[in-house]
Amino acid sequence: MQIELTLNSKLRRIEVSPDEMLAEVLRKIGMLSIRKGCDTSCCGLCTVWVDGNPVLSCTMPAFRAEGKKITTIEGVQGEAEQFARILASEGAEQCGFCSPGFIMTVLAMKKALDNPTEEEIKHYLAGNLCRCTGYMGQMRAVKTFLEVTTG
Amino acid sequence: MFSIDELLQPGTISEAAEILKNHPGIVVLGGCGFLKMGSRQIEKAMDLSRCGLEKIQETENEIQLGAMTTQYDVELNPSLKQLFDGLLPRAIGNILGTQFRRCATIGASVYSKYGFSDILPPLLVLNVEVELIRNGRMSLPEFLDKPIVQDILTRVYIKKDQRHASYQNLRNASSDFPILNAAVSRHGSQWTIAVGARPGRAQIALEASRLLSEMPIEHMDVNAIAKSVSQELTFGSNNKASSDYRRSMCAVLVKRAIREVLSCK
Repeated sequence: MQIELTLNSKLRRIEVSPDEMLAEVLRKIGMLSIRKGCDTSCCGLCTVWVDGNPVLSCTMPAFRAEGKKITTIEGVQGEAEQFARILASEGAEQCGFCSPGFIMTVLAMKKALDNPTEEEIKHYLAGNLCRCTGYMGQMRAVKTFLEVTTG
Repeated sequence: MFSIDELLQPGTISEAAEILKNHPGIVVLGGCGFLKMGSRQIEKAMDLSRCGLEKIQETENEIQLGAMTTQYDVELNPSLKQLFDGLLPRAIGNILGTQFRRCATIGASVYSKYGFSDILPPLLVLNVEVELIRNGRMSLPEFLDKPIVQDILTRVYIKKDQRHASYQNLRNASSDFPILNAAVSRHGSQWTIAVGARPGRAQIALEASRLLSEMPIEHMDVNAIAKSVSQELTFGSNNKASSDYRRSMCAVLVKRAIREVLSCK
């Protein structure tokens, strides 16, 4: 079956099978920032935006992306780079495997929550696991990023 | 990984009903979060995402959750944040991450009667009905007890009333599946206690609920009631916990939930 979607602001027509998940399809067409980590909907590595909201692309059937606006980290390079620099400077990045998914969730959180508390940040980011850093550096980086970008 | 040979996508509920009638054995897809972890070989599947069932509608007396409403939409719903002391959004907030809750649907969570559900215990202590294409509308406890096969759940109806409620759960780690969970509500003098992840599906402790409802608040023995819940319900063992551990912890969770409800103004 064929679906039509807008991928990083470009209209695309893609052939998918009914049992394919969005993550597989996006990787096939070159969106290699999308990682498959747990494949059990726990780790958040495969996070993309669907109509501006973060979802697990490993859990969303590709056919449900019909007519949707899909954004991967390739589509938000400027802001992603800005946050990634802060992540690195706070020592919150080691292997980097979880970073694309984590960055997509943080950027979505910035749009969704106004001046979030530490508890709200933790709740929003609970679906992104990192096996290297222990999260303290990430929390510092998120707070710094929100301060820098929202005043 | 599961496989699907053919996918049918009805545009209305009546088209879905027609497909259900003409294709015995068809699998109705929910959020697919659980399905994708198995290796089921599916000949025909039906996707309800074009049937207009993704909305939350509110009337004077009830809240209607369409089957394809995501868990996250329920979590963010302003009315549900207010009603029943925010019981449902608070319970749902424990499920994995926000990105997962934007995929998982209410219909699949209820229809599948998952034992590990964070949603069924809180729904059981509210006045809730489900609507099915073939079997019509019935109360949630009746639906959970009935062996229903080959049907489609279209909506969940939550009656708006002034009850106070609490949800408690025990997990090995935040965002993991619950080892045990419990919900308690009080509507006037009527108390309802439900326990889930036993690890079987959630169940109301009918006798303990009745005893609690008959007890004057000034003479309420919360410890005894909590213990009676753990004796009334059955518990099993799995790789997360033994039945004995669940039974012991059940009394603790129920006690905390009753106390929280008692403290509600």
